[in-house]
Amino acid sequence: MGNVLHIVVCAGIVPDPLQTLEPVNGPAGPGLKNEMMLPAVLDPWAASALYEAAHLTAKNAGSKVWLVSLGPKAKLQQVMMTVAQKVSFELVPIDGPIGGFTDAHATAAVLAEAIAAIPGLDRDKLLLFGGWESATRGAGVTLQLIGERLGIIDQFQGVDQIALHEDGSFEVLERVEGGKHQLSVCAGAPAVLGWATGNLGEPRNNPQIGMANMRLMMPALQKAKPATLASNGLHYISTSLPKQQRTTRVVKDMSTDEIARELIAWMGAE
Amino acid sequence: METILVLMHADETGTTLTKSSLEAATAGIELKTQLSASLVIGVIAVDASSAASALASTGARILAVTGDAYAQARYASDAAACEALCRAANASIILAPASSRFARVSAGVARRLGGAIDTHITAIGGSTSVEASRWFYRQRIESVLSRDARPWFLLLDAGTHQAFSGTPGETAIEHVAVTLPALRTTVTGLRAPLQTAQTIRPDAKMLLVAGAGWTKKQPDGQTHAGEAGELILGFLQGSGASLGSSKSLVDQGSDNQAVLPFLTHMNQIGQTGATPRHEKGLSTCCHGEEPHVVGWRFIAERRAISLDPNCGWTRGKADVVYIADAFAVIAKVNALLEAAKA
Repeated sequence: MGNVLHIVVCAGIVPDPLQTLEPVNGPAGPGLKNEMMLPAVLDPWAASALYEAAHLTAKNAGSKVWLVSLGPKAKLQQVMMTVAQKVSFELVPIDGPIGGFTDAHATAAVLAEAIAAIPGLDRDKLLLFGGWESATRGAGVTLQLIGERLGIIDQFQGVDQIALHEDGSFEVLERVEGGKHQLSVCAGAPAVLGWATGNLGEPRNNPQIGMANMRLMMPALQKAKPATLASNGLHYISTSLPKQQRTTRVVKDMSTDEIARELIAWMGAE
Repeated sequence: METILVLMHADETGTTLTKSSLEAATAGIELKTQLSASLVIGVIAVDASSAASALASTGARILAVTGDAYAQARYASDAAACEALCRAANASIILAPASSRFARVSAGVARRLGGAIDTHITAIGGSTSVEASRWFYRQRIESVLSRDARPWFLLLDAGTHQAFSGTPGETAIEHVAVTLPALRTTVTGLRAPLQTAQTIRPDAKMLLVAGAGWTKKQPDGQTHAGEAGELILGFLQGSGASLGSSKSLVDQGSDNQAVLPFLTHMNQIGQTGATPRHEKGLSTCCHGEEPHVVGWRFIAERRAISLDPNCGWTRGKADVVYIADAFAVIAKVNALLEAAKA
């Protein structure tokens, strides 16, 4: 018999990694040029967390996944059309700004408030999932701040694996320095797990799952609560693209032996 | 006037400070001079006496939380320890290394103290106020920022400062008492790859980046993943380099394509991987933005081996690009490395 889990996944939406990004400074602080026009995807680490959450709930009957996401309503809808085809979840959308230059503390406050208000969520069964960092701010602090706001003091970051035991306890593998994992055993929920990549591939699109998700998703998006993010005294002094451009020497006519010798000399191995 | 607290922790021995902690000490000393501020050091260790001795020449007030409970890197105990140290120091600026141990707890501690936190700090400037530099959007955009909130936690990326090294001496340690909550998590150990398969070496001088080209069809129309694996491992053993990989190569494992068995997502650099700091980087069989732009943003000297003379990603990013077959070049380099050792 499995454990009943209530898994809340916090997931932001980010510009498609293949897009060229250019910062612009406005009255409200820095942002990205044409930010609303850039194609967006679910944050890659948060996506790993979502797939792991779905994998866990599939093995534990009665469990449920909520996906809490903050972003402009139209953008959320666009991204969720794809994400909804992957795994089953209930969307908790919050209509607010996106971008890496918003304050993580303000974001955490809004997300924690939304999680606390989820109907039917049992805090004793709560596993709070998300990415250990994001492809925008990449600070790796939002989940911790939400966890603290919700009073959760068992937190794990850089998680690659969770193994649930019959008694509700679980073993966690967290990334630490030097390419190693730290193994911990936690007595059980509630806990915060910031995921690295995990070990699961991206699920294939399943139109049936998509249809089931969309039934609840569209009304939820229509009713998404608006949120504004306070700057909390955060000031940007400058924001710019790196200017360093290297003069690349393209070597086309050198033999393999010559290249190898040059590399050895460069490596300082001789 | 600002009061600076530098948080540090011991390594697995429980007594010796980590290298990243000593780097944070240097940052603290520099910032103290810059702001004419006072400096406090807070140590978490099983036994802080040797750490205090190593830090004696900093002239800083030294606080410590010690005991067997702190042999384990665990949120509940570490957060309580950091909170106690911060309250005892009454600091306005708190520096800490962005180690996995402190990265896990610092935001939570900042929240408990009503402060703010910024992470992945690469430089600290400003003469009258504190200005911190960090990157956004996976090392694509750089910003300098400041905050009104205090205490302000700044987690420093490894390798951004020299490790502090002073003459050991005697100094007083102020032990700080901590009331621990009920501990529900037990750290049971570390899982490391077998020594022969150790491919991630953060302290290595050089990074070898392997791209998906290693497992693609070669001129004979066949893939040679086995040979590629032997060549890469041979290079790592001969040179002592660390191994990074592009996402596409790591992902091949879940796509049922030919794979390099020793590669995991932990080797991945770039958008969803690490941004390591090494003196030199050699990219092989990579074609894409991740290894050339994002993955080695902090690699000082960069060279690449590629069959594509028109690869736009290497232009302007690498110092030298060799248009050659990486299989042949690495085989020859390995032979030379072996000959040099013999």
